[in-house]
Amino acid sequence: MEARLEDVTMRDVRELAAQGGPLVIRGMTVAYDRKPAVFSVDATFRSGRITGIIGPNGAGKSTLLRAALGIVKPLAGQATFFGTTLGRSRDRVAYVPQRASVDWDFPARVVDVVAQGLYRRLGLLGRFGRDHDDMVMAALERVGMEDFSARQIGQLSGGQQQRVFLARALAQDAMIYLLDEPFAGVDAATERAIIKVLKALRSEGRTVIAVHHDLSTVEEYFDDVLVMNVRKISDGPVGTAFTPEALDTAYGGRLERGLRDPRKALA
Amino acid sequence: MLRDALTFQLGYNATLVTVAAVLLGIAAGVTGTFLFLRKRALVSDAIAHATLPGIGLAFVALTLSGLDGRHLPGLLAGSAITAMSGLFAVQWLSSRTRLSEDAAIGAVLSAYFSLGIVLLTVIQTMSTGQQAGLESFLLGSTAGMLLSDAILIALGGLLVVALVLLFRRPMSLVSFDPGFASTSGVRLDRIDLTMMGLVLGVTVVGLKVVGLILIVALLIIPPVTARLWTNRVELVVILAGAFGGIAAWLGAGLSASAPDLPTGPLIVLVSFCAFAVSMALAPRRGLFSSFVRHRRFQAGVHMRQGLLALAQGQPIYEPLTIRLLKARGLARADGMPTREGTIRAARALRDEKRWEVARATPELELAAARYDGLTQIEDVLTSDQIAEIDRRIGPPEAVQ
Repeated sequence: MEARLEDVTMRDVRELAAQGGPLVIRGMTVAYDRKPAVFSVDATFRSGRITGIIGPNGAGKSTLLRAALGIVKPLAGQATFFGTTLGRSRDRVAYVPQRASVDWDFPARVVDVVAQGLYRRLGLLGRFGRDHDDMVMAALERVGMEDFSARQIGQLSGGQQQRVFLARALAQDAMIYLLDEPFAGVDAATERAIIKVLKALRSEGRTVIAVHHDLSTVEEYFDDVLVMNVRKISDGPVGTAFTPEALDTAYGGRLERGLRDPRKALA
Repeated sequence: MLRDALTFQLGYNATLVTVAAVLLGIAAGVTGTFLFLRKRALVSDAIAHATLPGIGLAFVALTLSGLDGRHLPGLLAGSAITAMSGLFAVQWLSSRTRLSEDAAIGAVLSAYFSLGIVLLTVIQTMSTGQQAGLESFLLGSTAGMLLSDAILIALGGLLVVALVLLFRRPMSLVSFDPGFASTSGVRLDRIDLTMMGLVLGVTVVGLKVVGLILIVALLIIPPVTARLWTNRVELVVILAGAFGGIAAWLGAGLSASAPDLPTGPLIVLVSFCAFAVSMALAPRRGLFSSFVRHRRFQAGVHMRQGLLALAQGQPIYEPLTIRLLKARGLARADGMPTREGTIRAARALRDEKRWEVARATPELELAAARYDGLTQIEDVLTSDQIAEIDRRIGPPEAVQ
């Protein structure tokens, strides 16, 4: 039985890779020292959908993303973007790191950070012209931050910092967006603004993957989920993969009774 | 004397030294900016101390092959080789062992420096008769600088500046957000290596002028000073280069007009003075401006709390609050409001109520996020929005 499931997954992987699926992860294992943070995770992310990676703290959600993006070196496994290597598809891949992963006292204005999204276009010495300016401003407008363009980044609130990070990714004009905890520690208005942008990206046919920790909003925000705790527990459309059983396995009974049934948690 | 020195009128040697020092200062400030932003400033200290064994070994090699042991390019090449091995030692220790980078730096720095001192001592006992002066690389020595030395330093400095300009984008990307930089296709290891290679270049080039112990000051102090004055990477780079160059110019000038004083330490002291003045006076980030801002904010909070207390007829206990209200003619000594105080208090209360409504209104949430207890709602919302809020609160109460 198990073997047969394995076969099905592998065939899907090959098919999707052949079709150029936006992101296929195979056998991904990452270990810090000798303790695996991610163990043998297979996942196929579907095109034009918003997928949430769900699991408790320390479940390896961010690590899975970072391994797929080549930021941390996996012990085993690989990720293919659009049926090819990351190196060949970088122009189509945008990454929004955790807000807290950088020092916001860095000497830069909001526009400077968003302009980093144009690095691949500009290269080492390319001149920053008016059309680049327009791209930066258009990205800022999409997240409602155009009035803050000249602001020093250290003066932004957490929610504003998150919007700036999203704007930088929008400036990349990618086909797949990978976001690490985009809703962590942001105000409610920012959360709504971000999900609006993500849904707009989906309607433009782009793929969105977000690491997420708030179970009560999963059904509202995501089309697909990947529930994991070091290992993959379930994946697929929210309706079939985001089940009380999957959450129970992922959280090991640490959830409040009400949260175990996501539908109750929403109420 | 100093004026002559600064205008290059103090003779051939002084002019050579000043020109070389200025270019070194610019190169060090510009390179140090990225080192500082990458938060790896102290790696430069390990690199600098690791040059010493190289100097000793190069001297031995030159002497044994029958050449002049004090040939500057040869000594610098030797110092670059051991400095590089010191850099790799730090990187290997901090990435492959459980040692953190600061511990690795401490271990490598002291080991290489000790090895260098032992080598220099051994060389002292060799009978070549020309070893005198090697220890001058510890603190720099500009007394006998040759034209060729100055040209070497100047070219090295120019090359470093050119490379920093070429790699400024990936270096600042890596300094701010290495994860994003890597997904943008920047090779982190290569950029870090480039950055450290430039630091190594500045260090080696600067050995003759400031010496290995103080070069770290030229790499760190100007960028830290520049950071106080601006919030943009490009300007930090330019200002750091300017501060470094000016400090070198003044320091070299001072040492030329008082020949007993050493050049390197004077440059560092001038640089530090600029830092101290900036720390005190820089807008926004300086101590004075922070102090003023804090006191202003404190006074604003006290005024607001005082006015709200007056409006609601509550007693005020804080002496500072009473003092502030009295000074502005809003309250009398017994804590009762004046007529002006009553009006202002009512206005403050109204503003507070408007904020309360705004914060409970989802459409105004973004604007309401700017609530800090001090900002007037008129500065954030349009008069239409405020009118809408007022409609919900009801008419203002009459002011007695």
